[in-house]
Amino acid sequence: MQEHAKIVQFISLAEEVTGRKKLQKMIYIAKKMHFPFAEKFELHMYGPYSEELTLRVEELCEMGFLNEQFVDKGAYVQYKYNVSEEGGRFLQTAPEAADRLDGFIGMMQVKSSRFLELVSTLLYFDHLSKEEQIEKVHIVKNKLKFSEQEMDDAFDFIYQLEQQAIPTA
Amino acid sequence: MGYKNEKLAEEKVFKDPVHRYIHVRDKVVWDVIGTREFQRLRRIRQLGTTYLVFHGAEHSRFQHSLGVYEIVRRIVDDGFSGRPEWDEDERLITLLAALLHDLGHGPFSHAFENVFDLDHENFTQAIILGDTEVNAVLRQVSSEFPQKVADVIGKTYPDKLVVSLISSQIDADRMDYLQRDAYYTGVSYGHFDMERILRVMRPSEEQAVVKSSGMHAVEDYIMSRYQMYWQVYFHPVSRSAEVILTKILHRAKKLYETGYIFNQHPVHFQSFFDRTFLLEDYIALDEGVMTTYFQMWTKEKDPILADLSSRFINRRLFQYVEFNPATEYTKTGELSALFEQAGIDPDYYLVVDSSSDLPYDFYRPGEENERLPIFLEMPTGELREISRSSDIVDSISGKRRTDHKLYFPEDLLEKGKDENPLYRQILHMLRG
Repeated sequence: MQEHAKIVQFISLAEEVTGRKKLQKMIYIAKKMHFPFAEKFELHMYGPYSEELTLRVEELCEMGFLNEQFVDKGAYVQYKYNVSEEGGRFLQTAPEAADRLDGFIGMMQVKSSRFLELVSTLLYFDHLSKEEQIEKVHIVKNKLKFSEQEMDDAFDFIYQLEQQAIPTA
Repeated sequence: MGYKNEKLAEEKVFKDPVHRYIHVRDKVVWDVIGTREFQRLRRIRQLGTTYLVFHGAEHSRFQHSLGVYEIVRRIVDDGFSGRPEWDEDERLITLLAALLHDLGHGPFSHAFENVFDLDHENFTQAIILGDTEVNAVLRQVSSEFPQKVADVIGKTYPDKLVVSLISSQIDADRMDYLQRDAYYTGVSYGHFDMERILRVMRPSEEQAVVKSSGMHAVEDYIMSRYQMYWQVYFHPVSRSAEVILTKILHRAKKLYETGYIFNQHPVHFQSFFDRTFLLEDYIALDEGVMTTYFQMWTKEKDPILADLSSRFINRRLFQYVEFNPATEYTKTGELSALFEQAGIDPDYYLVVDSSSDLPYDFYRPGEENERLPIFLEMPTGELREISRSSDIVDSISGKRRTDHKLYFPEDLLEKGKDENPLYRQILHMLRG
């Protein structure tokens, strides 16, 4: 249950996460910064997405460790997650969260889903040059029409995250 | 006429139990099938450890890859050709992407990737773009052609319709594996009317959609997916074999890292243990190589590696009990302590397996539009997500059903329970 515990820990540190998309992007970004999440991500409509993570969150809701609320936004339903009392007790049996994760979550929490979608998609292509990354984002996200300013902000944000990231061996 | 348009003098056919025949006319397709990297897929089973439960499930990723190619060939040649939404220039790229979409799968890939933190999709890209026979064939079409094929598989290709044929909630990949897995496992579910789906599939700007008159055929497909998920892919005994396989790899890795001297040095694994592997090391691995090591490891000095390998080779799998983490999460800690007291390493012999550990899914309408859902094309031209029109799909999609099991070596505990009261205590606790 260690991988489940990491998700509960993450949401506990965030206190509340609004939007499944935001949760997906935050965990993907944390993973790219070498925090030890095991979920596999693939590129989907809104950037990197993990079916495993979706299922794990469902399991945690069913176990009663996470509370899930949803708000009908008309065109779609938005979900909110926080840790239940039982989830808090479950966390006491789990190992401590990785160092620095708290600060990382704080940095991401204040950003919009759209911005995190851009950041996570740029990170998905981080094996490419900056120009190629931007080109790829414009191809896979052609409808979102990210501006030059948004791209610059996203690269700045990635730089800030990298300064805080767990060093690799 | 360039290589891109070169046809074989005579059409080649592969006899296939699912599609009857797989037709090849394009020279490049024929040449890719003949490469060593594609032939390697013959030595990797489509369903990993499932053959230990459904003995017919020995079919390979080679067969599945040809099947996906054939479905896509039929969609583009028989269904889309001539329609204004379909660009004929995309035909060859689409066919090659279908054929090569699973090229990077390794032996028992889910377990292998978990233990060594790898992703077969990266290897697919690496084989298509690297110094390989596949790349050499694709480059004969054009220097950009390998990258385009890799982009379709990586879902970064600009034409989303092409991507959706290989990777979406109703793609050729799923349509082939559901039918093929049903055929080879011998189960009666998993079958659906693919002919009907192919007839009513239409190209649109972003993805392939289905005419509303084909809704019932799609319902059948979604039901098949649901039933195969729970009856075959998440079969508890097959999961037991997967658990043991994973633990064998973990144990071998741990032993290597602690300087253990193997009777037979694991040459093929060494670069993965060290994380110094090259593409060629990966290509050299297949299920024959892996099971040969497992066979040799049954004679290892390390009792855990020897026992786990013997369990896998001789199908002496772990037993399981239902596990409810909501009420029993403290139980695993108590059991782990008992296992340790009894001299059984819980890291290898007490395992919780959850539905989220499985690399298969069932249909979801796409919450917050995260995943592109299956759209019906209504007579008015409007696109409507299928669960909004179908009560059957609505009743099974997006509904939670999760499952957790606790695996343990019951045979070992039963055998020793008379001599060791801790074994009896563990059994009592596990059986509730």
